[in-house]
Amino acid sequence: MSKSFSGGIHPAYNKAMTAEIPIADMPLPDKVRLPLSQHIGAPCKPLVAKGDTVAMGQKIADSDSFVSAPIHASVAGEVVLVDDQAIEIKTDKEKSRFSGAAQSYNNQGELRQIIREAGIVGLGGATFPTHVKVTPPEGVTIHTFMINGAECEPFLTTDHRVMLEQGQEMIAGSKLLMEACGAEKTIIGIEKNKPDAIEHMSKLIADEPAFAVTGVQVKYPQGWEKQLIKSLVGQEVPDKGLPLDLGIVMNNVATAVAVHRAVEYGEPLLNRVVTVSGSGINKPQNVRAPLGTSVADLVEFCGGLKPEAAKIIDGGPMMGRALSTLDTPITKGTSGILVFNRDEVHLFSEDPCIRCASCVDACPSRLLPNYLALYVKREMLDEAEEINLMSCIECGCCSYVCPSKIPLVHYFQRGKQEINARNRNQ
Amino acid sequence: MTDKFVVGPSPHVLGPKTVKSVMWEVVIALAPVSIAGILLFGLDALLVLVTATVTAMILEALVLHRNLKPASILGDGSAAVSGLILGLILPPSTPLWMVVIAAAVGILLGKHAFGGLGNNIFNPALVARAFVFMSWPVAMTTWHGPLSLSDWTTRVSVDVASSASPLGGAQHGLMEMFLGQTAGSIGETSALAILLGAIFLIVRGHIDWRAPLGYVGSAAVVAAIYSFLGGDFALTTIAWQLMAGGLLFAAVFMITDMVTSPVTKTGRLLFGIGCGLITMVIRLYLSAPEGVTYGILFMNAMVPLIDRYTVPKVFGEVKSR
Amino acid sequence: MDFVSDILIPVASLAGLGLIFGALLAVANKVFMVKVDKRVADISEVLPGINCGACGYPSCSAFAEAVAAGKAPVNGCVPGRAEVAEKVGDIMGVEAEADERFVAKLACRGTEDVARDKLEYYGAADCRSAMLIEGGPKACAYGCMGLGTCVEVCPFGAITMGEEGLPLFEDELCNGCRRCFKACPKDVIRMVSVNAEVDVACNNHDKGAAVLKACKVGCIACGKCVKVCPEDAIEMVDNLAVIDYHKCTNCGACIEACPTNAIVRLSPVI
Repeated sequence: MSKSFSGGIHPAYNKAMTAEIPIADMPLPDKVRLPLSQHIGAPCKPLVAKGDTVAMGQKIADSDSFVSAPIHASVAGEVVLVDDQAIEIKTDKEKSRFSGAAQSYNNQGELRQIIREAGIVGLGGATFPTHVKVTPPEGVTIHTFMINGAECEPFLTTDHRVMLEQGQEMIAGSKLLMEACGAEKTIIGIEKNKPDAIEHMSKLIADEPAFAVTGVQVKYPQGWEKQLIKSLVGQEVPDKGLPLDLGIVMNNVATAVAVHRAVEYGEPLLNRVVTVSGSGINKPQNVRAPLGTSVADLVEFCGGLKPEAAKIIDGGPMMGRALSTLDTPITKGTSGILVFNRDEVHLFSEDPCIRCASCVDACPSRLLPNYLALYVKREMLDEAEEINLMSCIECGCCSYVCPSKIPLVHYFQRGKQEINARNRNQ
Repeated sequence: MTDKFVVGPSPHVLGPKTVKSVMWEVVIALAPVSIAGILLFGLDALLVLVTATVTAMILEALVLHRNLKPASILGDGSAAVSGLILGLILPPSTPLWMVVIAAAVGILLGKHAFGGLGNNIFNPALVARAFVFMSWPVAMTTWHGPLSLSDWTTRVSVDVASSASPLGGAQHGLMEMFLGQTAGSIGETSALAILLGAIFLIVRGHIDWRAPLGYVGSAAVVAAIYSFLGGDFALTTIAWQLMAGGLLFAAVFMITDMVTSPVTKTGRLLFGIGCGLITMVIRLYLSAPEGVTYGILFMNAMVPLIDRYTVPKVFGEVKSR
Repeated sequence: MDFVSDILIPVASLAGLGLIFGALLAVANKVFMVKVDKRVADISEVLPGINCGACGYPSCSAFAEAVAAGKAPVNGCVPGRAEVAEKVGDIMGVEAEADERFVAKLACRGTEDVARDKLEYYGAADCRSAMLIEGGPKACAYGCMGLGTCVEVCPFGAITMGEEGLPLFEDELCNGCRRCFKACPKDVIRMVSVNAEVDVACNNHDKGAAVLKACKVGCIACGKCVKVCPEDAIEMVDNLAVIDYHKCTNCGACIEACPTNAIVRLSPVI
């Protein structure tokens, strides 16, 4: 594969645990907690008060800001808590039935409005509001729409299962997104370790001249937007720029499905598919869970934790966030809940850097992680900025390959925060 | 289930490589040259290698842990690598007390005076060699010819008559040099054994091809120009230059030393080329018999500068308009 | 051996070269001389030379220049204390008034046995990085995490990590440079006057019940110290007792009254 990006790593994928099992629908939990900020952009303001009764799919929080996405009640019931962080709803299981109607639109603007009103954001984990993504700025023409089906994070198989089970809906959604952004063709990029998905998609698009399916090299972080674009069309999105600069818009598999459902059934984003996997969970599988479900409820549905369970991760193992409590809600960006047993927990020990340059070779952004970490440690922020600390995507390749087990990404997060704080103060 | 979960920064899975595994794999890569050295030069070579390695490991344990527990002596393996490499670049007839001093200079002055693993600017083994070379030049340039098969079957003679090394003017066939049947430092004579180690290191991903290629390539170019100017241009002369002395050994095991070479890809190539040029210039135009040591030591000092000027363009960097 | 060609000529030529270079240097010294305020050099001489930055200037020499130019006070050198202030005052010909001396103190007694951890932390072993992981491992959001960033930044070796997981501050060695104070992401280090003998060793602004859940020795904002203080020197600010040292007489009534032992007596500083 000459077209693929440089750098990257080949971790153990561990996808077999869940890849073959159909998505399970989870029954509604007794209570949901919906954070007001589940997306990149301005947090929402509550539209309901404590004690209100809400219907399933009712909009309960919204924002005036363009870069934001409204939040809907994922169950019917009574609002039991509203604070500046979240809204909690006690489920009324009898009344929790969604009813909506197909939405019609006359132009691009109305279509984008439907997407916005449905609260759809990038479901791959980045949670960037979709209606913003498909609205190119004045003077920019989009020629290609892309579907990101790479799913390069180990363990995760949500996009894989969705492509197999809801492929038709994904194609329909892609057509809508293509229309919304004004693109002429669609490329679906799938990592080659999912041959069944590639085959299934190829069949589905056999009569669609505007569509193409491309298998891409199996390498982490193939699913990072800019890296996948490089693999698919051989062009690099400018540093600090957007795919728009190349006339490209990319969306995740599940996002396209959500757009289709918003137009076809008038259904806002009420649930998402989450991979529940790892050595510490009794019944690994993909679950379609209502947004706001607590991790505890989800884990319970999957047979509970094993006694040796020691670590819970929200997201994939490379970029996910470790949780300190099961009392955390599933949000629009939760692509996986992974549970590791104690013997599988990797710890950083931080030996001295031996300058082996493994991190330099692995960095998909072509940075020098060893020098960046050194500068952050010594508080040489100017020097760190000069060698492009801010271009780091925190993919974790450097930390993964480091023989000295230095938590490089952790230092970069701190350095970025300190640089941002300093720039704000200036 | 625990009452507290383990929480830390991403990523939550880490690769299998550790400092220890890297260092011990380098030791494995040094096995072919060590064995070749012992076969070619006998018991003397074995004693030098063992003395250098053990001295280095013991000193490192004392510096880092202030005790001599087995775990401290084994350490992360970096002292074993430095010690073994040092032994391999000494003549087989080096007196053992000199080996001990060399190892001490390498580990104490070359490595820990700079702050220990990862902080040393110069390759510790080369610092040691430069030191003993200047202190006892005669012992360091007294070469013994390799043992023949009959020497091994009768008895290993310690008093093999001293003979000239290829760089000292001895004439050898290319095949002899490829197999290492020439006088020289323990690990430096056998090109075959060195290549075996190189293949292992490249396959395991511990070294990058750029530095060795730049080194050997630039040395070959200088050798070609030199022989062309001398009017006796021949491919064999170039091959002879590359296999003589410690050039090949250095190309595989010394300029690839992680701590003392650049981290950028372009930098590694430049570093190799620089080492090659200086090595050959010293070899051909100066009275010193061997340019490898000083060539690499000089370029070691350039590493921070090379890194600074070869920072790669980040993904999608826009060319300045 | 020919005396003239082997010894005399080399020695003479070397000596000649030495003379020429010496002369050149002497000329250069006169021609290219930069005028320096002599006082700058003198002040630099008496400064500690540790470039701690507590004076607000990046280095000791920068501070010396500022003093000579009249921009910085003669007693501006914090670690130099009265002694250096006096010497600088002599050079500048003014009377130096010694400032009140402040030392760094940890406003937390949450050792491993009394303050609960909410998670098992691993990652970069410094406080500022640990803050990114749910605000650090301690259940108390305000307390010391004990990862030792202050120990690392202290230029005087006045801070060491204690066995119970909290840093120990050596008053004699502390020169009040405020480096630890600035570096601490929890703002749990305070600069306390050496004259103070009583201190609230807690930084928790939560209400009582929440504090007790996280730590046994935190200030629960019960207000007993406020009531018992004969000088009205203690005030409850945002659920935390704060002592007004202008009023405090070091009587220690608050120490007796505090139910969680969050108020402590400081050992006198020499």
